[in-house]
Amino acid sequence: MSVYLRPDNLEEALDALRCRPLTVLAGGTDYFPGRVGRPLDDDLLDLTGIAALRGIADEGGYWRIGALTTWMDLVRADLPACFDGLKDAAREVGGVQIQNAGTLAGNLCNASPAADGAPNLAALEAEVELSAADGVRRLPVTDFLTGNRTTALESNEIVTAVLVPKLPGAAASAFLKLGARRYLVISIVMIGIVLVPDGGTVGNARIAVGACSPVTRRLPALEAALNGRPLDAALGEAVSAETVETVLTPIDDVRGSAGFRMDATLTMLRRGLSDMGRRIGAGA
Amino acid sequence: MNIAAAATKLTVNGEAAALRSPPATRLAEALRSELGLTGTKVGCDAGDCGACTVLLDGEQVCACMVPVAQAAGRDVTTVEGLARDRALSDLQAAFLRHGAAQCGICTPGMLMAARDLLDRNPSPTEREAADALGGVLCRCTGYRKIVEAVLDVAGSQPCAEPETHVRPAAAVGARIARLDGTPKLTGDEVFGADFAPPDALTLRVIRSPVARGRFETGDLAAFRQARPGIAAVLTAADIPGSNAFGVYPVGKDQPVLADRIVRYRGEAVLAVVGNSAAVAALRDEDLPVSWHEEEPVVGVEGAAASGAAIVQAGRDGNVLARGRVVKGDIERGFAEADFVAGGEWRTSFVEHAYIEPEAGWARRIGDRLEIHVSTQSPYMDRDETALILGIGEEQVRIVPTACGGGFGGKLDLSVQPLVALAAWTLGVPVRCTYTRPESMASSTKRHPAAIRARAGCTAEGTLTAFEFHGDFDSGAYASWGPTVADRVPVHATGPYVVPHVKNTSCAWLTNAPPSGAFRGFGVPQSAIANEALLDDLAGQCGIDPLAFRLRNAIRKGDETSSGQVLEHSAGLADCFEALQADWDRERAEAERINRAGGPLRRGVGVAGMWYGCGNTSMSNPSTMKIGISAEGQVTLYNGAMDMGQGPNTIMPQIAADALGVPVERIANIAGDTDRTADAGKSSASRQTFVSGRATQIAGETLRADILRLANVGPAAALEIGDGRIVLRDGDAERTLDLRAMARDAEGDVLAADGTFDPPTEPLDADGQGVPYATYGFGAHLAVIDIDIELGTVKVQRIVAAHDVGRAINPTLLEGQIHGGVAQGLGLALMEEYVPGRTENLHDYLIPTFGDIPPIDTILIEDPEPLGPYGAKGIGEQALIPTAPAIFNAVHHATGVRLRHAPALPHRVREALLAVQEAGHT
Ligand SMILES: Cc1cc2nc3c(=O)[nH]c(=O)nc-3n(C[C@H](O)[C@H](O)[C@H](O)COP(=O)(O)OP(=O)(O)OC[C@H]3O[C@@H](n4cnc5c(N)ncnc54)[C@H](O)[C@@H]3O)c2cc1C
Ligand code: FES
Ligand code: FES
Repeated sequence: MSVYLRPDNLEEALDALRCRPLTVLAGGTDYFPGRVGRPLDDDLLDLTGIAALRGIADEGGYWRIGALTTWMDLVRADLPACFDGLKDAAREVGGVQIQNAGTLAGNLCNASPAADGAPNLAALEAEVELSAADGVRRLPVTDFLTGNRTTALESNEIVTAVLVPKLPGAAASAFLKLGARRYLVISIVMIGIVLVPDGGTVGNARIAVGACSPVTRRLPALEAALNGRPLDAALGEAVSAETVETVLTPIDDVRGSAGFRMDATLTMLRRGLSDMGRRIGAGA
Repeated sequence: MNIAAAATKLTVNGEAAALRSPPATRLAEALRSELGLTGTKVGCDAGDCGACTVLLDGEQVCACMVPVAQAAGRDVTTVEGLARDRALSDLQAAFLRHGAAQCGICTPGMLMAARDLLDRNPSPTEREAADALGGVLCRCTGYRKIVEAVLDVAGSQPCAEPETHVRPAAAVGARIARLDGTPKLTGDEVFGADFAPPDALTLRVIRSPVARGRFETGDLAAFRQARPGIAAVLTAADIPGSNAFGVYPVGKDQPVLADRIVRYRGEAVLAVVGNSAAVAALRDEDLPVSWHEEEPVVGVEGAAASGAAIVQAGRDGNVLARGRVVKGDIERGFAEADFVAGGEWRTSFVEHAYIEPEAGWARRIGDRLEIHVSTQSPYMDRDETALILGIGEEQVRIVPTACGGGFGGKLDLSVQPLVALAAWTLGVPVRCTYTRPESMASSTKRHPAAIRARAGCTAEGTLTAFEFHGDFDSGAYASWGPTVADRVPVHATGPYVVPHVKNTSCAWLTNAPPSGAFRGFGVPQSAIANEALLDDLAGQCGIDPLAFRLRNAIRKGDETSSGQVLEHSAGLADCFEALQADWDRERAEAERINRAGGPLRRGVGVAGMWYGCGNTSMSNPSTMKIGISAEGQVTLYNGAMDMGQGPNTIMPQIAADALGVPVERIANIAGDTDRTADAGKSSASRQTFVSGRATQIAGETLRADILRLANVGPAAALEIGDGRIVLRDGDAERTLDLRAMARDAEGDVLAADGTFDPPTEPLDADGQGVPYATYGFGAHLAVIDIDIELGTVKVQRIVAAHDVGRAINPTLLEGQIHGGVAQGLGLALMEEYVPGRTENLHDYLIPTFGDIPPIDTILIEDPEPLGPYGAKGIGEQALIPTAPAIFNAVHHATGVRLRHAPALPHRVREALLAVQEAGHT
C-alpha cells in the first residue's frame, strides 16, 4: 500500500522528505494527466494541507508568492503593473478549472518547455526558494529550470515560494501567447516582457521566450538593443533576427515547425514591444 | 500523518459524506463509484475535457484531478445538487429550452462551470461566459446554444426564442424541447460507463504499442495465478466463433483480439478481467508479451510504393476498394473549356472525439447474452457479436445506454465483443470503459485524403468537365473504407451540373488505425477540392463566386454525375440565394477593412454541398412500431439510435402527427433489440428520412386501423384516455374499450409497424444509376480574419443555409448545423490525429468555446415526397461546406490557396511565405 502524506506544516513535510523519496503533489494538474490508465501507486507528499504556503505577501524588497498560490489567486491579487504580464499568462493557462487548482510553483517544477508561467517569471528575474530539512537556498528561475522536464530541485527539497524582486512603480509588463485554439491550448510560442521606463525611454528591458528551447530563454542582445530607445510605437523595430536566432533552438513538433516558431517569435516580439512602447509612451 | 487508511469526510451536495477510497483516488472516480453520483462524467481523466467539473468550496475544478484527500472537510457540489426537490433550476431549464444539451455527456460539466460563473457574476457578457465555460469541451453543440442559455438565465440576453420560419402542423415543425432532455440535465441519464451490476468484473484491454509487428505471449496462466484478483486473461484462442468483424457482410477482416500479428498501434491483443482494484493496479508492461516491431506501411504513398509490405495477406497491392463515376467524355469536356483550374489537396486523420469514451457491460442469462452499450447500431452489434461468439443472433440482446456522442465512431464494434466474450465464458457480468488514449488509439478515424482534381468551364462560366482522383488512407482494416470509396466519386463534383465527369477513388490499407465512418464518409474531404476549383474558375472568368455557383447549381430536372435526374427536393439554388444579402454586405465590409492594410485581413468565402441520404445503392430499411396498451399508453418502439442528434424527439413528433395525438402522450422505447425492430444504423443522415418515414407509416397505419375498428371517417379526432379511445367525427362519437382487447407480449392491444427502404438502383461499372433516393443540399458563408504574419485564422461568422425538406424540429436542426459547423471548423483549422503523438485531448485539438463564431442558420424547405412530412437528413450535410468556405475565405483575404488540412498556423504562414517568395522571383 502506498503512502499518502498530507501534513499541515512545512517542518513535517521536510522531515518526511529527509527520510524517503516522495512524489510531491500540489494542484495535481500535471500529476494526474501523467497517470491516465496507470495505477496511482506513488508514495505521495501532498502539500495542500500547509496553509502557510498559499498566498502572496509583500516582504519589503520583494513579493513572495507562496508555493501553493494558484493561477486564480494570482489573477485576483492586487499587484503592481509589472505583474500584468504574469496575470495575463495565468488567464491563459488551461481553463478556469485549471487556474483554480494549478499552482505557479507546480508549473515551474513540472518544467515543460511550454510552461506559461516561465517567461514572465524569467523576465521579472524571479527566484525560486527551495527548502530542505537542513536549509533553504534560492535560485534564479532561469537556473532552476535546467532542461525539458528537469530542474535543480533535489529529492529532499520542495519549492516553498517564488520571490519576485520589486521594480519601480512605472515598470510595465506583457505576455503574448500563440496557440492553435482559444482555450485549453499549449503554447506554440509565448513571450514575456518587462520594461522599466526611464523618462520617455527604455531604462531596462527584460525579455524571455518560451516553447522555443528546452527552457525559457532571456534575449540579452535584444534587451541591450532596447535599452535607451524611446518608448513609442517604433520600439518593435529593435527586434532583429540576429538578436533572437543565436539564443533560441526551436524544434519541429505537432504544434508547429522550428522555422515557424522562429518567425512567429520575431513577429510577436515586434508587436509586443511596439504595443508596450505606444502604451507607456502615451502614459508618460 | 499518513492518511492512507482513514476515511475522508466531506460535504457533498449539502450532506455529510465519507469516502473510503485511497486518498490519491480521483474525486470523480470516488463520487461515481462510492456515492453513485454518476452525473459527474469522465471523458479523459486528464483535465482536458471538463466533463468532470464540480464545485469545490464553490469554485469549479476538474474532479478527475482532485485527489480525494484534498476534498477533506470541503464542500463539493455536483450536477445532482443543482435541481431542488426534483425541479430543474433556472439554469437547467434554460439549457433544456435552448437545446443546449444534445448527447448530454458534457452537460453536467457545462452546468457546473456556468453555476460557478453566475454565482460570481450574475450578469456576464458573452465573453465572460466563454471564459468561464472555456474549460469544458462539447463535441455536439458548437457551444452557441450553451452561451445563449447561460446569457438567457442571467438575463443578459432575453430568451430570444429563435424565430420559427416553418409551418408547424401540431408536433411536426414545432420547437419542442428534447423529450429525453431532463435526465441529461439532472445527471440521471445513464451512459455507457454509468452503471454495471455490483458484482461485475472489470475488463482491461492490452493493446499493441507498435504499428506493425508480431508478438508472443508468455505464461499467462502463471501471470494470472500470481494475481488473485485477476479472473482471466483472454486471447484470440478464447474466441469461440469467428475472430473477425467488420461492417460489411463479407470481407470481415478485423480481429477482436489480434492473433500473433498486429497491424496498428492500439490494436487489441489481450483482455484482462478481474476485480476493479486488481485490474486498476496493472500496468501494460506487467503482461508477459514480447513484441517484434516491423517497419510499418505509412500513408497512401507508402501503401502504393512498389515493393511495399502487405498489410493484409490476400489484399495484394494494399488496395481495399476502388470507386468510379464516369459520365460523358472527359477529354471533350476539357477541350470545350475556356478555363481550367486544378490542384492537389491533403487532409489528415480526424478523430471523432466524442466526449464519452466507449463503454458498456454484458451479462449472461442462461443461454442468452445481454449487452448494455453506448452504440449507434444495436442490430449490427447484435449480429456481429453473435458471429464472434458462435451463437445465434436471437441469443444476443443489445440494450443501448445513452450515447455520449458518436458521429460515426460508435458504428463499429469496440467493447461489445470483449465484454460479451468475458461474460459468456466466465458467467459473471463484465464491464469495460476505455480510457481516452485507448479510445483515440483504437477507434476509427476520418480517412486522410490525397486529392488531385481539375475542372473546366466556358468563358461564360458554365462547367464543362470535372476530373477527380482521391486516395484515402483506410488504415489497417476495412471498416467503412469501401463506403468512402463508393460515396466520394458520386459526390466529388459537388452539387453542380457537369456534362463530362471522371471521378475515381482508391482506399488503401496501411498500418494506421482503421479509418471508418465519420460524418460525411469522405465527402467533407472532396468538397475542399471541388469548392476551391469553383472559386478558381470563377476568378478566371471574372465572375463573382456566388453567382458562378448559382449559374451551375444543380436543380430539379438536372442530371447528376451518376446520371440520376433529380425529380424533387433540390433546394440548392434557394440556399445560395438565401446567402446573397449577407454575401454582398460581408464582401463589401471585407473590402473596406482590407483597404486599411495591416497584418489582419478579412476574407469572405462560400461553398455549397450535397449529400445523399441513406446507404449508397444498397437496401437500408427501417422498421418502427407504435403500440397502444390496454391502459391507453401510446409507445413508440424506436430503434433509431439517438446519439444526441435527436431521434428520441423527432420520431415521437412524427408519430404524434401521424397518429393524431399530442406528442406528450407518446412514450419512447429506444433501440432495445428485444423490443424494437431494426431501424438500421444512425449513419448516412438516414434516420430522419428513413426511420422517420417508417414512423409515419406506422402511425398512419395504426390510425387507419383504429378508425376502421371504430368505423369513423379519416378526419376523426382521437382522444386516447384511460383504457379507451374516444373518436369524434363531426357529431358522431365512438369509444373503443381498450381493456376488452387482447394484449400482445408488450402489453399492447393495438399496434402497427411501418417499414421504409429508400428506393435506389445499383450503380454500373461507370457509377451510373440511382445511388440515393434523395439528397440534402446546403451552402455556407464564412467570414474570417487572418493574421498574415502569424498564420492564425479566426472565423468571425458563419451563415449556414440548408435545404432540409421539412424542418421537423427547427431547434434540433439548428443544433445539428451548429455542431456540424464546429466539426467542419476543426477539420479546417486544427484537428490532426497522429498515431502515438496526439492520443489525448491535450495534443489533439478540437474547437473550444472561444473558437466558434456566431452562426446564422437558414432553413430551406423543398419537400421530399418520400420523406416524413417532406423531411430529409441533416447530420452530415451540416459539416461538409464549412471547411471549404473557410479555405475560400482565406483565399479571398490573401490570394493564397490552402492545400493541407488542418491549416495550422505554421502551414498557413508557410503557404503565405511561399506565395510571397514566388512573387519576388
Ligand atoms: C487541461 C490542462 C491545461 C493546461 N494548460 C496549461 C497552459 O495553458 N499553460 C501551462 O503552462 N500549463 C498548462 N497546464 C499545466 C498545469 O496546469 C500547470 O503546469 C500547473 O501550474 C501545475 O501546477 P500543479 O500545482 O497542478 O502541479 P502538480 O501537478 O501538483 O505538480 C506538478 C509537478 O511539480 C511538482 N511540484 C509541484 N509543486 C511543488 C513544490 N512546491 N515543490 C516541489 N515540487 C513540486 C510535482 O511533484 C510534479 O512533478 C495545463 C494542464 C491541464 C490539465
Ligand atoms: S474527465 Fe476530468 S477533465 Fe476530462
Ligand atoms: S452535448 Fe456536448 S458533448 Fe454532446
